[in-house]
Amino acid sequence: MPLQRVKYYQAGSFVAGNRLLDPHERSVQADSGRSNAITCGHRACQGCGEALGARFALDAALRASGGDMIAANATGCLEVFSTPYPETSWQLPWIHSLFGNAPAVASGIAAALRAKGNTHTRVVGQGGDGGTVDIGFACLSGMFERGDDVLYICYDNEGYMNTGVQRSAATPPDARTTTTPAVGEHPGAPWGQGKSAPLIALAHEIPYVATATIADLRDLEAKVEHAMDLHGPRYIHILVTCPLGWGTASSDAIRVARMATESGLFPVFEGEHGDITAVTKIRQRVGVEEYLKLQRRFAHLFAPVRRENEIARIQARADRNIARFGLVEARDGRPEAEVESDTPSIGAKGAATSAQAAAPSPPHRSG
Amino acid sequence: MLRQLEGSQAVAEAVATCRPEVICAYPISPQTHIVEGLAALVKSGRLEHCEFVNVESEFAAMSVAIGASAAGARAYTATASQGLLYMTEALYNAAGLGLPIVMTVANRAIGAPINIWNDHSDAMSQRDSGWIQLYAESNQEAVDLHVQAFKLAEQLSLPAMVCMDGFILTHAFERVELPPQSQVDAFLPAFQPRQVLDPEDPVTIGAMVGPEAFTEVRYLAHYKQMQALDLIPEIAAAYETLTGRASGGLVRRYRSHDAETVVVALGSVLGTIEDVVDELREHGSRIGCVGIKTFRPWPRAEIRAALSGARRVIVLEKALSIGIGGILAQNVHSALEGSGARIHTAIAGLGGRPITKASLHRLFRAAAANELGDTTFLDLNRELIERELVRQSETRRSGPHAENILRDLGAVASRPV
Repeated sequence: MPLQRVKYYQAGSFVAGNRLLDPHERSVQADSGRSNAITCGHRACQGCGEALGARFALDAALRASGGDMIAANATGCLEVFSTPYPETSWQLPWIHSLFGNAPAVASGIAAALRAKGNTHTRVVGQGGDGGTVDIGFACLSGMFERGDDVLYICYDNEGYMNTGVQRSAATPPDARTTTTPAVGEHPGAPWGQGKSAPLIALAHEIPYVATATIADLRDLEAKVEHAMDLHGPRYIHILVTCPLGWGTASSDAIRVARMATESGLFPVFEGEHGDITAVTKIRQRVGVEEYLKLQRRFAHLFAPVRRENEIARIQARADRNIARFGLVEARDGRPEAEVESDTPSIGAKGAATSAQAAAPSPPHRSG
Repeated sequence: MLRQLEGSQAVAEAVATCRPEVICAYPISPQTHIVEGLAALVKSGRLEHCEFVNVESEFAAMSVAIGASAAGARAYTATASQGLLYMTEALYNAAGLGLPIVMTVANRAIGAPINIWNDHSDAMSQRDSGWIQLYAESNQEAVDLHVQAFKLAEQLSLPAMVCMDGFILTHAFERVELPPQSQVDAFLPAFQPRQVLDPEDPVTIGAMVGPEAFTEVRYLAHYKQMQALDLIPEIAAAYETLTGRASGGLVRRYRSHDAETVVVALGSVLGTIEDVVDELREHGSRIGCVGIKTFRPWPRAEIRAALSGARRVIVLEKALSIGIGGILAQNVHSALEGSGARIHTAIAGLGGRPITKASLHRLFRAAAANELGDTTFLDLNRELIERELVRQSETRRSGPHAENILRDLGAVASRPV
């Protein structure tokens, strides 16, 4: 058995459980009293990012609500692997109705609670990217604009994984899926398609929008807890890796998610009432190639011939995110306008300068 | 107290006395006046402890109702036509989950061609959805059926649809007696859900079910609906005791006891048919009528009994199952299996075409003279059909049927001549 690197538990690290910390700084998962919203025995794949993300998000929400919470779930992996009849992994009141209506079902639950004068029970809606960004998008937008008191969480694994890895509006360009096969002159998903659900959510000017990944679970917990402090529609979009659909090693689930943020391809930010209020800086910048090479869904970019143009396009996409969201602090350490008051994730601020020094390429600014 | 009210307003008032807790609304004619009425009742504070949710589609309307009902609230919505089709997936889901939502369907045709007028194509398309379907003959009956529907749905934990003819009923001003709040409160107890999303007692609702249990879950849905065949007459009787009004039930017979010819129909057209029956009776015809009040579950035994003496049955229906013919007629056929009665289907009133007494007289005369075939399209304009068929045979690119026929009629000039 190969040696494992010793992992030190320290404040400011990405590490989830840390019993050496002060209680208020500890992760929800480190608490022996955690609710374990999705209990063990479910049928998710080994290394499933969605199972991990959902457990952390819901346990944090349950702690914030004192266990007084109801969840509405869209059809998808999460629903299927957690509830083969008659077993259920859910330790909270939970309903699954359809693929495209989880936000509306959540709205209905919230309306019922309001009608009954129940001001304490909280409502969470959740689904994958297909159920959220595609088929459930009208219901999501309706829930936002009506101002319904629902926290909606999207677990984005960038495709329809439950049905066998098909392309969704969250699938990145060039990615191979079964409906965007890696064949022909332009293999993989086409460029110029897809949408950013978090930015569209932000455009609804709702109280809170955040993105997060399973690479920074403390940040994820903190965002869920903050969202639970607020009322009205709130949206958290979590990038979750999918070993099956992405063609990654199960043991790489968190590493791949970290590369997504450290490359700039998945910007981690928070917004309130239409404005971006905080951005998580890249700590140790990597080129997109390091991210892409870990995933078989991008293998056609490297073999049989290396597609320099495509890799450069993806790098330009990351660079644009870095410029647009200010994901890297300026080289001379001069505080940029957005930099000052943000940086929600634990430790991100302290690490920013050294992260910049390690950046492989200067931020590309177009125009 | 009798009031002169538009059908939709009367239904809105009746629904309000049922104390719904969540009402979802998406506009579609001819249902819209109902939710407008309810919106005013909620906003003015007359209907208390009720959330009125303006949703972005009928799919969302039914989905919000699903969430609300699963959270233990009495949920109501209304729709018609395309709206009913758009919520179809959620409709089946509400029934499959056993959530006692009540919905008004203001019956309207389904396009294409787009048509806002009345027929029963919308509700008939959902006959297999697992919803109880009750059909109102008048606005008074529509009022009474809504109160009964909440009780029925909640007792069985199944959703119920009250069908009332679009425009013909929804927009007609008639004398209506609204049940007073005290009467409804006595009749309809607070909603006691069989299943509820409760943090104190967490349950999972809507789990994945494989072949090992799916048949049993579906069977129970069927079993519960069949129980409604006993429950609907009980509820109608209790309602009659309370209000003095006979409304609803399974079937209603009109001068059919000694009838050789019996007309079977649903909804508001029953009034016209009964008038024609009266006129024919004056001339010695032994004709009667059987009105279907409950279409789902299908009251097979009651219909067989009601038609047992008939030698000839004419099923008059406002819907068409393309490729086979009548829908109600298929069901009547199944009820009369082996009875020897001659069964005719008359497709009538599609897309709002008036069903006149004169047309019905012609239809029934043709039946009496043994001139009626298996399936008849009442008042079909054969000349228009022939012209279009000729056009089709002569030209490959003959164009769209609807526009061609409208042009033949001279109603529109859809293209330059």
